[in-house]
Amino acid sequence: MNARRLWIALATLLHREVGRFLRIWMQTLLPPVITMGIYFVVFGSLLGPRIQRIDGFSYIEFIVPGLVMMSVITNSFSNVASSFFNARFQRSVEELQVAPVPDWIMVAGYVGGGMLRGILVGFLVLLVSLAFHPVRFHNLAIVMAFLVLTSLVFALAGFSNALIARRFDDISIVPTFILTPLTYFGGVFYSISLLPPIWRALSRLNPILYMVNGFRFGFLGASDIPTWIGLVTLMGLAGALVALNLLLLARGVGLRT
Amino acid sequence: MNTALSIRNLSKTYSGGLEALRGVDLDVEEGDFYALLGPNGAGKSTLIGILTNLVRPTAGEIHVFGVDARAHPERARALMGVVPQEFNFNVFEKTLEILVFQAGLYGIPRTEALPRAQELLERLGLGDPMNQIAQHLSGGMKRRLMVARALVNSPRLLILDEPTAGVDIELRRGLWEILTELNQKGTTIILTTHYLEEAEKLCRNLAIIDHGKILEQGPIQDLVRRLEVQTFVLDLAAATTLEQLPSGFQIRQIDPNRLEIDVPEGLTLNQVFAALEARGVEVISLRNKSNRLEELFLHLVGRGRL
Ligand SMILES: Nc1ncnc2c1ncn2[C@@H]1O[C@H](COP(=O)(O)OP(=O)(O)OP(=O)(O)O)[C@@H](O)[C@H]1O
Ligand SMILES: [Mg+2]
Repeated sequence: MNARRLWIALATLLHREVGRFLRIWMQTLLPPVITMGIYFVVFGSLLGPRIQRIDGFSYIEFIVPGLVMMSVITNSFSNVASSFFNARFQRSVEELQVAPVPDWIMVAGYVGGGMLRGILVGFLVLLVSLAFHPVRFHNLAIVMAFLVLTSLVFALAGFSNALIARRFDDISIVPTFILTPLTYFGGVFYSISLLPPIWRALSRLNPILYMVNGFRFGFLGASDIPTWIGLVTLMGLAGALVALNLLLLARGVGLRT
Repeated sequence: MNTALSIRNLSKTYSGGLEALRGVDLDVEEGDFYALLGPNGAGKSTLIGILTNLVRPTAGEIHVFGVDARAHPERARALMGVVPQEFNFNVFEKTLEILVFQAGLYGIPRTEALPRAQELLERLGLGDPMNQIAQHLSGGMKRRLMVARALVNSPRLLILDEPTAGVDIELRRGLWEILTELNQKGTTIILTTHYLEEAEKLCRNLAIIDHGKILEQGPIQDLVRRLEVQTFVLDLAAATTLEQLPSGFQIRQIDPNRLEIDVPEGLTLNQVFAALEARGVEVISLRNKSNRLEELFLHLVGRGRL
């Protein structure tokens, strides 16, 4: 396959993935926007004024970047996990296997689709937050870097999950037992400087902490942790997950008996 | 003549230990219409699965039009189209989208794929706008949708795993016409089917596989000719008694108006008729008891009388 053919194959897959989440926007785009809107109302408008300023920022200002990041994480992950697992379940993934499409195109197509959904939802949530507080960008390049890398990492993780899952239940295990706790304890709602030392140390083992803080730094210019650590962590995770997915595919895990 | 498909020593042992293929060798010439026959569980779909990247072979070599499928899997796959045994499209998609999507995966841009997909759908009787959502198609229509999908990249080798299962007679004939026409235009076709008349009607060469081994392969006409005995059913003009039947033949009376006779190689029907004539038995019509390929098949897979 020459480059043009590969590009058409990738574009075809992306076209379908994006078409899918746009078509069912009531299940894919609306719920996260509503949930985050509720967070903004409860924490930002109702509780926020009673909470001390953190690093000199009002509470709503402080939590918006974290909540945007949270939506990016869950939506990138679940888009790939459910779309790809469904393709395996319905066996329509065989259309890709039978075609002269190399494994990396399959990964790129699904992961690209998941990233686009994560980024789109993140953007919509940010848009909703404007109703509560104007947004400021300390460094747009850092915002973009964290946005793209985070959606990449979690879309890749969703792909691995869908590949090893045997039942539909298996693709909700990671969001429920791993993503949700790690995000809530990842400094979305508080600065880890408020925690007792032991919890502060434990929090530093949570990769999501670095993403949330780095992303927040891009908006506010304040962070608990140096930004470069977040970027390096994300790139490391992305590299490892790309390798993992390609290895699983080469071994035929989940797709070839 | 070029070889469209060459398989050497192909084996597959599934993870549970079941040996689905045991050293299969198979050659299909370019332009051939080839039948792959075998009872349930013989290993046909496993073989096709390996060819189309759905099943990992345990050992063996495959060349598709000379392309080594292990060294250049994508180049080999680009030459093939497959109609799988089981439905494997997203039922929530529109038929046209299913075809355009598949075309895109072969590097055919959307603008080119759309008219082509439309044409294929019409050719397979799925052009009606009522038939847009794959989920709403009948079983036979779903199968034709998969045929259309397999043709979207104009494959040089078309592989069909029981394409006519559950398709009514009229549509089956329609499909036969399409396949014959494709074959005449140069597409090499491999077909599995449990309808042996279908294989005999369409195909030139065949392989019979059972328990993962090829039992026999070659031109259908030659193989059928090797059958040593044929059984005919004769309808008689009038009731006959057992005493009337000539001796020296393997004749059985089914009812007073019907006889069954085994005709071994070396005996001609003229001789049979002469003997019956001499006894005053008048035959109105005659037919093979079963399709000849069917007899060969049953014989080879060990369920025949021979
Ligand atoms: N995924 C699998 N895991 C384990 N065994 C399998 C698997 N797929 C098929 N088999 C076994 O391999 C053998 C060959 O199956 P296969 O589907 O190739 O047969 P077939 O010739 O296509 O039969 P049919 O005419 O019923 O479609 C069977 O015994 C089957 O049970
Ligand atoms: Mg089969």
